[in-house]
Amino acid sequence: MVSRRNAILAAGSVTVAGAAAVALSRSGPEHAMAGPGDAVEFYGAHQAGITTPAQDRLHFVAFDVITDDRAKLVQMLRDWTAAAARMTAGRDAGLLGAVEGQPEAPPDDTGEALGLPPSALTITVGFGPSLFAKFGLADRKPKAMADLPRFPGDTIKPEISGGDLCIQACANDPQVAVHAVRNLARIGFGVVSVRYSQLGFGRTSSTSTAQATPRNLMGFKDGTRNLKLEDGAELLDKHLWVQPDDGPQWMVGGSYLVSRRIRMIIETWDRTPLAEQETIFGRTKGEGAPMGKAKEFDEPDLSLMPEEAHVRLAHPSSNGDARLLRRGYNFVDGSDGLGRLDAGLFFLAYQRDPHKQFVPVQRSLARADVLNEYIRHTSSGLWAVPPGVKGPEDFWGSALFA
Amino acid sequence: MRRYVVAVALLGLAACSKDPVATPGASGPITVKASDTSCQVERTENGAGTVTFAVKNEGTKVTEFYVYAAGDRVMGEMENITPGLTRELKVELPAGTYETACKPGMIGKGIRGAFRVTGSAAPLTADAKMAAATESYQRYVKTQSETLLVKTQEFVDAVKAGNVAKAKELFPIARTYWERIEPVAEIFGDLDPKIDGRAEVIEEGMAFTGFHKIEQDLWETGDISKSGPLADQLMVDIKEIVTKANAEKLSPLQLANGAKELLDEVASGKITGEEDRYSHTDLWDFAANVQGSQAAVQALRPVLEERSPTLVTDLDAAFAKVESTLGKHRKGDGWKLHTELSQTELKELTDVINALAEPISKVAAVVAG
Repeated sequence: MVSRRNAILAAGSVTVAGAAAVALSRSGPEHAMAGPGDAVEFYGAHQAGITTPAQDRLHFVAFDVITDDRAKLVQMLRDWTAAAARMTAGRDAGLLGAVEGQPEAPPDDTGEALGLPPSALTITVGFGPSLFAKFGLADRKPKAMADLPRFPGDTIKPEISGGDLCIQACANDPQVAVHAVRNLARIGFGVVSVRYSQLGFGRTSSTSTAQATPRNLMGFKDGTRNLKLEDGAELLDKHLWVQPDDGPQWMVGGSYLVSRRIRMIIETWDRTPLAEQETIFGRTKGEGAPMGKAKEFDEPDLSLMPEEAHVRLAHPSSNGDARLLRRGYNFVDGSDGLGRLDAGLFFLAYQRDPHKQFVPVQRSLARADVLNEYIRHTSSGLWAVPPGVKGPEDFWGSALFA
Repeated sequence: MRRYVVAVALLGLAACSKDPVATPGASGPITVKASDTSCQVERTENGAGTVTFAVKNEGTKVTEFYVYAAGDRVMGEMENITPGLTRELKVELPAGTYETACKPGMIGKGIRGAFRVTGSAAPLTADAKMAAATESYQRYVKTQSETLLVKTQEFVDAVKAGNVAKAKELFPIARTYWERIEPVAEIFGDLDPKIDGRAEVIEEGMAFTGFHKIEQDLWETGDISKSGPLADQLMVDIKEIVTKANAEKLSPLQLANGAKELLDEVASGKITGEEDRYSHTDLWDFAANVQGSQAAVQALRPVLEERSPTLVTDLDAAFAKVESTLGKHRKGDGWKLHTELSQTELKELTDVINALAEPISKVAAVVAG
């Protein structure tokens, strides 16, 4: 009998050995990951997939709601939550599964994840600004969900921007992430319709000190100064999680996500001299050390960098102490018909208030960053990511729709 | 499109497929006077049994006449009643309440009237309901295929007469009757590609023939001077498939799968504009596929209502949503061309088809029990 449950049991010994070999030094708090194939706890005060150590793969999808029936939307959120709880535990999307239902009926799971371990799958849901214009939710719209301003140089395409709902599925196996999105989209037929989606293949940030800092497609380490799981409750409460005084109540324990598809003109970047590349970033390319320093994690001295260096412009001290939890992924969506790779960074950043964090940082970058010559922001999304699902009776957005 | 059809065993119905018909109907046909704005049915009550309607089209538009059971399940229908013509429709009606409908211009829900059939008829057993579904769909295939013959002949005649404009006008109309009963047609694997094959699905050693080859001649070159033999062959093939289709009894499970496959056709071939790539008349086929799917589901309705009333409610709502969304693209007596629809409009159609296809995919399991 092929079933994911059995496969997990069989894989158990392997992942234990794997975890031991990796020898993670920290036993992390909620949503921490033991081994790359293991399951991440779905239930909790916050949604998984934010401080969870960033997995290797992403499938992000934005939906439009196509029904006027509020009860249908709520039922779908319940169904989504139940399916997500199962899939993140490495089980089939439906109760019957991919191969154990009635032969005359289409299976309630699509089957491509049969035999695969949970792969640290996390499924994180967010609500877009346009949702609050529907279903009588206007008075529940958080102030933080006010539209992002237009930034200089923005080339945003409306058809791959915005949306009523989003799902961020992250896993260490791309097939597991795609399986999650595919099954949730199927459950949503008639209620929501896919607006756009994005695959990402390499994390560009580390969200845990147990992880090495990865590189973006420009070849530089990205997210050295990222907010991380181990930063402790005080820092995370200050920068990441919505607090009771922030309001609205239904968002307390949640966070705001900004998504930006940033196309990189990598061909011209690759022709740029090394010294110029390092000056533009403000870090060395090999070690990732701040200019004038020796090691990656050395405290940057901004005065040693040109005023328009990327690191300097983005640094908290240049932006009223604004910090972000970045969780972006590299992407290559084939080529662009002009012989260039359609490549870049799908930027994802979580924060307590985008208008005090992402907006000032992006304002400084958009105004002065020399990197702008090599990048184009082509998609933009702002999402209210509600707090975690408390248990099997709870569902995503239960407090919003209460 | 050619599709491999899995033979599905009849659900042990053969022994108990007798219609529970009671007394013979009242004597004489019931006259129906159909105009462009009215539908006068001489009597609105009759005894159970075979009821005959004589439908006279006194209007200026081609009309259709239907007898519906609850939920618009077609008990009998007469298509293509041209102005001035009188045609007879015989329908087997057990006791119950029905609706009659004339459809001047062949569109919309038609001009409805109540119709009551009295007499004693034993309630259908589960098996009898299954058998009734098969018979109900057989009636549908019969009326559709009769009109398919007529309309294909008209199309073939126009092609052979070299009348490009007339042939172009008739092409999507003839196809409507074909697309409605495609689940039956597809059972005959060798005929389907000859009649409806598209350039890319024709196998090696096989000629590109049928509707789409003539479509290519009509729209791409406008030269049909050599299309006569193609048109003759199309008529021969259509006649053969109609004979075979009427001899075929689809099991309830085949009906359920047919209803789903018709929507798959819409999703994969019509929304993309692949089906009628030269004429862009895909929306005619789209509407016909949905109507055919609905006919198959309606034939199963008594079974579904008993076993899964919530599914019936979902299906009704989803069919209504498809109908209203598609209805936005009406143009005269027909439809807009595929090329006249924006990407947003095509996406909206995709969404409503997906919303319908998911509950329809559950019908087979309910039927199989």
